[in-house]
Amino acid sequence: MSDHAQHYFVPQPSHWMIIGSFALLFMAGGAVMWFNGADVGRYGVLAGFVLLVFMMFRWFGDVVRESESGKYGKREDVSFRWGMSWFIFSEVMFFAAFFGALFYARVLSVPDLGGLTSRELLWPDFSGQWPSAGPGFQDQFTPMAAWGVPALNTLLLLTSGVTLTIAHFGMVEGNRAKLKLWLFLTIALGVTFLGFQIYEYSHAYSELNLKLSTGIYGTTFFMLTGFHGFHVTIGVIMLTTMLFRSIAGHFKPDHHFAFEAVAWYWHFVDVVWLLLFIFVYWV
Amino acid sequence: MSAVIDTPGHGHADQDDHAYHPSGLMRWVTTTNHKDIGTMYLWFSFTMLLIGGVLALTIRSELFEPGMQIVNPEFFNQLTTMHGIIMVFGAIMPAFVGFANWQIPLMIGAPDMAFARMNNWSFWLLPVAASLLVISFFVPGGAPAAGWTLYAPLSTQMGPGMDLGIFALHIMGASSIMGSINIITTILNMRAPGMTLMKMPMFVWTWLITAYLLIAVMPVLAGAITMVLADRHFGTSFFNAAGGGDPVMFQHIFWFFGHPEVYIMILPAFGIISQVIPAFARKPLFGYASMVYATSSIAILSFIVWAHHMFTVVMPTAGLLFFMYATMLIAVPTGVKVFNWLATMWKGSMTFETPMLFAVGFLFVFTMGGFTGLMLAIMPVDVQLQDTYYVVAHFHYVLVAGSLFAIFAGTYFWIPKWTGRMYDETLGKWHFWLSLVFFNITFFPMHFLGLAGMPRRIPDYAAQFTGFNEIATIGAFGFGLSQLLFLYIVLKCGPLGKGEKAPARPWEGADTLEWTHLPSPAPYHSFHDQPEVK
Repeated sequence: MSDHAQHYFVPQPSHWMIIGSFALLFMAGGAVMWFNGADVGRYGVLAGFVLLVFMMFRWFGDVVRESESGKYGKREDVSFRWGMSWFIFSEVMFFAAFFGALFYARVLSVPDLGGLTSRELLWPDFSGQWPSAGPGFQDQFTPMAAWGVPALNTLLLLTSGVTLTIAHFGMVEGNRAKLKLWLFLTIALGVTFLGFQIYEYSHAYSELNLKLSTGIYGTTFFMLTGFHGFHVTIGVIMLTTMLFRSIAGHFKPDHHFAFEAVAWYWHFVDVVWLLLFIFVYWV
Repeated sequence: MSAVIDTPGHGHADQDDHAYHPSGLMRWVTTTNHKDIGTMYLWFSFTMLLIGGVLALTIRSELFEPGMQIVNPEFFNQLTTMHGIIMVFGAIMPAFVGFANWQIPLMIGAPDMAFARMNNWSFWLLPVAASLLVISFFVPGGAPAAGWTLYAPLSTQMGPGMDLGIFALHIMGASSIMGSINIITTILNMRAPGMTLMKMPMFVWTWLITAYLLIAVMPVLAGAITMVLADRHFGTSFFNAAGGGDPVMFQHIFWFFGHPEVYIMILPAFGIISQVIPAFARKPLFGYASMVYATSSIAILSFIVWAHHMFTVVMPTAGLLFFMYATMLIAVPTGVKVFNWLATMWKGSMTFETPMLFAVGFLFVFTMGGFTGLMLAIMPVDVQLQDTYYVVAHFHYVLVAGSLFAIFAGTYFWIPKWTGRMYDETLGKWHFWLSLVFFNITFFPMHFLGLAGMPRRIPDYAAQFTGFNEIATIGAFGFGLSQLLFLYIVLKCGPLGKGEKAPARPWEGADTLEWTHLPSPAPYHSFHDQPEVK
């Protein structure tokens, strides 16, 4: 261990955290009012959200300044790596809950509802075949086909993983132009993905009669792809931040964990999409 | 090898005394110091213990006699629900995180937690969540009343109080995840040179494993309650059979979180007991490595036993058998731990100061809770006992006499290091004996009530249960009042600063770094120079 590795940076007292707590209080309180018919709650959610974004902007700003002024050595770097790894693990478990719900519906609850007991006693006409919106759903709907926009989106995200790796090569080689160009392309691919997803959702709502309320199929489809899309959005925001920081001359070939963390996150989002493509769209 | 740390105040000549911080309220609001944050966690959890305790005493008052006396049934359901949520998420879990904050950096020789600012946020999210929970009592329809397990379809039907509860759990979950990431990273990355994993104090080991469990299952709880929220307001059908979903699915997802959660609440207690018993037996912990492996085994097994909470829900026989045997398997590593504690005491030069009293009390009473757990694991027995007071007795034996007694043991053990003052030994012993006796008066009769068939979570009961219920209620008030003695003892050492001054190492058998390398009270910033561990 070098001498530098042993300076562990303990930050000064900071007031961003308490601002973040108030932000979440406003958002939660506002959302409860809003969901229960008091529309004024929307302003609480909005105020809380703005406060949260402000807080993150300033807090992360502090972190960036500390990083750029050389306060983080090897040991802090290891901390960040562990921290990001465990955070991604927690995200994996969050998605696992929703995939669990999908598998439960497909393997257990829907076939059971089409099983003998339910048929005799409750729903004689229900076959229990996937895709299904459940025995109580009276309308017709069309499930989302895999080999259109979703397949294209798979291609986009997989390509974006490659372009991001090329950008990382640029970073490690000290080739800033390469870094910025390929990072920009990655962001463009991510934004295109989101655009296609918005198109897909409007197609589902307007032409396929596939909605969030379309039984368990609509539920799992929109909740899984929706949370994934939300994560892509976060990823795009983080990638854009990395692009701005690259333009501002931040990072060194051997000191750029923020960039790597975003890359890890992006690959995680990519893997979740592959699972979605297989289990939500395709099989 | 020595280490220098950047402390708050560096660069300001006038603040360069390594103890600079804002004064007054802002010190606590903005602090990045693990000791300040640990103190706040502990006081928060004690406050929640009192609030949850008042709810419990209201429940016991209603159950003093058969018939409806004090509260209406709807409010009774809110009481049982909120008592559970507040005690689990507000009292027990934050107390252990408070111990982690105070002790882990001291025990591994680290200058602070790995992410000091995030550590602050982990704490300051808790008062937000607690406020939402308290507010829920005053909204139309009242607080959540579906039981702390929030089973659908009860939870998909209630008023705005349920939404407040859901958001409170989300925020507490975020707090737990951030806290756990911090704890794992601190343990993995900030140990003093020479302290290999297998040289870590047992308390640190148990928290490493607990933090892993938390990161693995808190997001699953977040997923489950998000599904409830979506079913409530956005028209989804996760738990609606007409839409192809299934209310039983909620139970599976919830208990996938819920069973590891019960080990989250007991493993740090095992860690505290594993520090206290060797100190007062004046012998090293017997079977250290087997303790580590046993703790890990318990953690791994905790992921494959969840459906033993659901034996009365329809499940294939193979599933019932699997979950029954997997659950009984947990008795093996737990037995390893109990026998190791006994072997640590064997031929030790034991003295029985208050921490040791609580640790020995823990051994007796927690183990009884373990045995009743083993009985409940037996599926045909559980079918009879499901949702009776036997279950209530069981989990209060492991959560009160297990987790809470360990928290008391740990507080008496470390308070000299935290405050620099010795607690009042006489009062401490009174606190122990009153707690132990009243605890058993409260909860022991519940075994009989449960075996006789009294259902839990019901405000009224048949007249033949009256006697045991009266005894339990008297015990509960005694137990609750005894905790005011604890409050007084802690106030006396802490804020009031009375009591004799504590030496650096008041317990001659304690040999971890905080006793051997730091004065009492531990300085605001400790381990500027990381000690070398041999």
